[in-house]
Amino acid sequence: MRSAFRFLRIRSGAIGLAVVVFVVVVALFGRYVAPHDPNVPVGTPLSGPSSAAHLGTDFLGRDVLSRLLYGGRSVIGLAAAATVLAYAIGLAIGLIAGYSRSKVDPILMRTVDVMLAFPPLLFLLVLITGAGSGVGVLIIGVAAIQAPSISRIVRTATLEVTVRGYVEAAVARGERAAAVVVREVLPNILAPVLVDAGLRFTYSILIIASVNYLGLGLQPPASDWALLISENREYIALNVWAVLAPAAMIALLTIGVNLMGDAIARSLGRSYVPRTTRSVPA
Amino acid sequence: MSGDGGGPVVRVEGLCLELTSGDPVVQDVSFAVGAGEILGLVGESGSGKTTTALALLGYTRPGVVLRGGSVEVGGEAIMGSGARAVRSLRGRVVSYVPQDPGGALNPSLRVGDAIMDVLRAHRSDAASHDSVHTALERVELGADPRFGRRFPHQLSGGQQQRVTIAMACVCGPPVAVLDEPTTGLDVLTQDRILTELLRLRSEEGMAMVYVSHDLAVVARMADRIAVMYAGRVVEHGPVDEVIGRPRHPYTRALVGAIPDVRRPRALRGIPGVAVGVGEWPPGCSFAPRCAFAQERCQAAVPALEETSARHAVRCVRRDELELSEPGSGGARAAAPAGAGRPLLEVSGLEVEYRSGRGRNVAVRDVSFAIEAGRCVALVGESGSGKTTIGRCIAGLHVPTAGRIVFDGQELDGSARDRALDQRRRIQIVFQNPFESLNPRHRVGASIERPLRILRRLSRADAAGEVSTLLERVRLPARVADRYPVELSGGERQRVAIARALAAKPDLLVCDEVTSALDVSVQAAVLELLAELQRDLHLSMLFITHNLGVVACVSDSVLVMDRGSLCESGAVQDVLSTPSDDYTRRLLGAAPCLPDRAVG
Repeated sequence: MRSAFRFLRIRSGAIGLAVVVFVVVVALFGRYVAPHDPNVPVGTPLSGPSSAAHLGTDFLGRDVLSRLLYGGRSVIGLAAAATVLAYAIGLAIGLIAGYSRSKVDPILMRTVDVMLAFPPLLFLLVLITGAGSGVGVLIIGVAAIQAPSISRIVRTATLEVTVRGYVEAAVARGERAAAVVVREVLPNILAPVLVDAGLRFTYSILIIASVNYLGLGLQPPASDWALLISENREYIALNVWAVLAPAAMIALLTIGVNLMGDAIARSLGRSYVPRTTRSVPA
Repeated sequence: MSGDGGGPVVRVEGLCLELTSGDPVVQDVSFAVGAGEILGLVGESGSGKTTTALALLGYTRPGVVLRGGSVEVGGEAIMGSGARAVRSLRGRVVSYVPQDPGGALNPSLRVGDAIMDVLRAHRSDAASHDSVHTALERVELGADPRFGRRFPHQLSGGQQQRVTIAMACVCGPPVAVLDEPTTGLDVLTQDRILTELLRLRSEEGMAMVYVSHDLAVVARMADRIAVMYAGRVVEHGPVDEVIGRPRHPYTRALVGAIPDVRRPRALRGIPGVAVGVGEWPPGCSFAPRCAFAQERCQAAVPALEETSARHAVRCVRRDELELSEPGSGGARAAAPAGAGRPLLEVSGLEVEYRSGRGRNVAVRDVSFAIEAGRCVALVGESGSGKTTIGRCIAGLHVPTAGRIVFDGQELDGSARDRALDQRRRIQIVFQNPFESLNPRHRVGASIERPLRILRRLSRADAAGEVSTLLERVRLPARVADRYPVELSGGERQRVAIARALAAKPDLLVCDEVTSALDVSVQAAVLELLAELQRDLHLSMLFITHNLGVVACVSDSVLVMDRGSLCESGAVQDVLSTPSDDYTRRLLGAAPCLPDRAVG
C-alpha cells in the first residue's frame, strides 16, 4: 500500500492533498461549527464583515460564513459521484473497445462520437427539462457528458499497451480476457487516466456549479457554493465576501485535486526509481 | 574539404565529464582523428562512448557537465564555447548521424525540406532543390526525382538512415559522428549502409567517429579503435592489432563474445554486469569481472601506456597476458542428430494480414519440423514473416491456412482454445526485454503467474519455485522483489526466460531474444540458452536475423525470404555451402572479424 502514497514525496502532491483535505473537512464537518442557522436572517442584508457575522450577510441577511460551512457537501458530493460514475462507464467502454480488436471497437467508438457531438451544457439542460432536476438526474447527466471522452483516452492508452510482450505472454498463457485487462493492462494505463481524472473532477464541479447557478439544479433556499455565488452576484459591490468566499472554496478544491492528480501520475511514471544510477543510457 | 591534410581534424584532450551529482561519466579521454580517418569507439551500454561522441558536437545531456579537458574539431574548440558558436560549427564542421533515424527525423517534415533546413542554416547560397537532390544522390536515393517530397514514415528504416546521412553530409563537414547508425537495421541493409559510408569517406575524405557496441561492425569500418569501459579508454590502437592481438582482458572478452558465421564456436559472455556511473570500483574498473585480476589491480587506476608506437593499453598485466590464448570457447557440441521424433510439425502454413482493402501475405506455404531436443534457427530480414511464424506457434496469431501439429496433436490457432497442457508445453520469449515484463509487477509476481496458471501450483509452492528458476537463469533470488526498471536489459531478458521456463516447456520459441542487447550480454544470454537446452532437453525455435548467432546456437537452419522458405538444412551445410542466392547474400553481408583474429 505504501506505493499509493508515493506521490506525497513530490511537493506539489503534498500541497494538493493538504488543500483537498482542508476543503473536504470544511464541506463535511463545517456545519457542526457554524455559528448560525444558514436559513435564518441574522442581521441587515448585505452588511460587511462584523464580529457577529465574520463574512457579513447575504441579500436576505443570512450569515455568509454559516451558509459557506453548510454549502460544500452538495458540490463535492455531486461532483465526486458524477466523476466516479463517468469513470466506471468510460473505463468499461474504453477497455472493451481497445482490447477487443473486433467489430465491437468501431461500434462503440462511433456511438461515443455521436455522444461527443452534443453540446454538453445543452444536453444537460434538455435532460433536466425532461426528467426533472433531481440529484440523480444531475449525476447521471454529468457522467454521461464525461464518459465518452474518458473512453476515448482509455481506448488509446489500451491500444498502446496491448501490443506489449507482457500482455501477449498472458494471452499465450490462456488467461481470461478479464484477468489480462485487470492485471496487465489497467495498471499500465493508470498514469494518463489519473492526470485526466483531476481535470474531469474539476469539470464536473464547474458544470454542476453552472447548472445550479442557472437555477436548474439545486433550488433556493438550499446552501450550496454555486447557488451562493448565483444568489449574491448582483450585490457583489455591497458585500464582496458573499461571492468571493464560495468562489474561493471551489477554486481551492479544483487546484488541490489537479495538483494531486498530476503528482500521482508523475510518481507512477517514475515509480521504482533504481537505487543505483544504472539508468544512464548508452 | 578535408582541411589542410596536416594535423588531426578532431583532437580530444583529457576530456572529463561528470553528473551534476559529482559522479564521473567520462574520465580523462584523449584521442585524435586525422582527415579521412575512421575511429571506432567501442564499449558496452553505460561505458560513456555516446557521451564522449556527443561532446564532439559540443553537446552534453542535461545533468552532465564538463569538468575538464578540451575538444577541438576542425581546429576550433567546440566544448565549452557559447551556444551561438557551437551552433555554427554543428552541421558545417561536425555532423551527427543518430542511432534511431525513425525518431530523429521530424515526421511532419518532408525529407527534402529537412535537408534544405541544414543548408539554409549554413550555406544559404547553395540552398536549392538541386543541391538537395545532389545530397540525396550521394546516398543513392536520387533515382526518383520526387524522393525529397516524401515523409519519413513513407521510407524504410534503411532509407531513413540514408536521409540522416545525407543531412550529415550536405554541408561537407570534415568530421561526422555516427552513433550506432546500423543498430536495429537488418544485415543486408546494414551492409549497404556501411558500404555507403566507406564510399563517402573515400570520395569526400570525411573523418568519422563511429560509435558501436559491435566489434565486428567496427572492425569492418574503422582504421583505429578505442575501447571504452566505465568512462575510460582501456585500449586504443589500429584495428588489426586491437582485434588481432587484444591486450586488455576486456577487449579480449569482447572479441570472444562475438558470434562469427565463419567460425562457429561456443560463445563466452563476460561475467557480471557493466559497472554503472557512480559505482566505479577503486583501481581498475574492470577488475571485478576480469578473469586475470590480481590484488594489485585494485590498488590504483592503471595508466594508459603504449605497448608499441600506436597501441596503448590500460592494464597492469598487459605484458604478462600477451601470449595467453585469446578468449574463445571450443566448438559447439551439436545435439545428437536424427534420433529425435518430430515434436512440432508445421505444414502448409499461410498467414495473411488484411490492411484496408488489400491483403498482405506474410507467410506463404511454410512447412518444417522440429525434432525433440534440437534447436532450429529461423533466419530472415525484417518483414520476411519469421516472427509471424513464431507467433502462430505460440497461439498469438491465427493462421489463414495450414496445420501445426505438436506432439501428434493438431494445435488450435488461438492460444485460448488450446488445452492447458499444450499452452504449458510451448513458451515464447519476446524480442524486446524492455517491454516484455509488466513494469507494475515485481519480477517474482511475473514468474509466479505461469506457475499458478499453467502448473496449478499453490501460492507457497510457486514462491519457492521462483527462486529456483531465478537461480537457473543465474540471477540472485533477491531479484524477485525488484521491479523491471531496476534491471538491465540482459537481466530482464533472463527474467523473461525464467518466466518461460516456469511452465516447464518442451518447446521454447525465442523471437530475436538478443537483438536489443549488447554483444557481450548477448553472448551471456546465448550461453545460458545453450546450457538450458542441453540440461532440460528443450527444443527451440530460434528466430533471428543474425547469422553469426545461428552458427553458434542452432543445429539446423531455415532461411526465409519474403514469406517463403528458400533454404533449409543442417547449420554447417547451409552456412558453408549455401545453395540459394538469398542465403549467399545474407552470408556475404554478415559482419565478422578479420581472419587474423581469434587464432
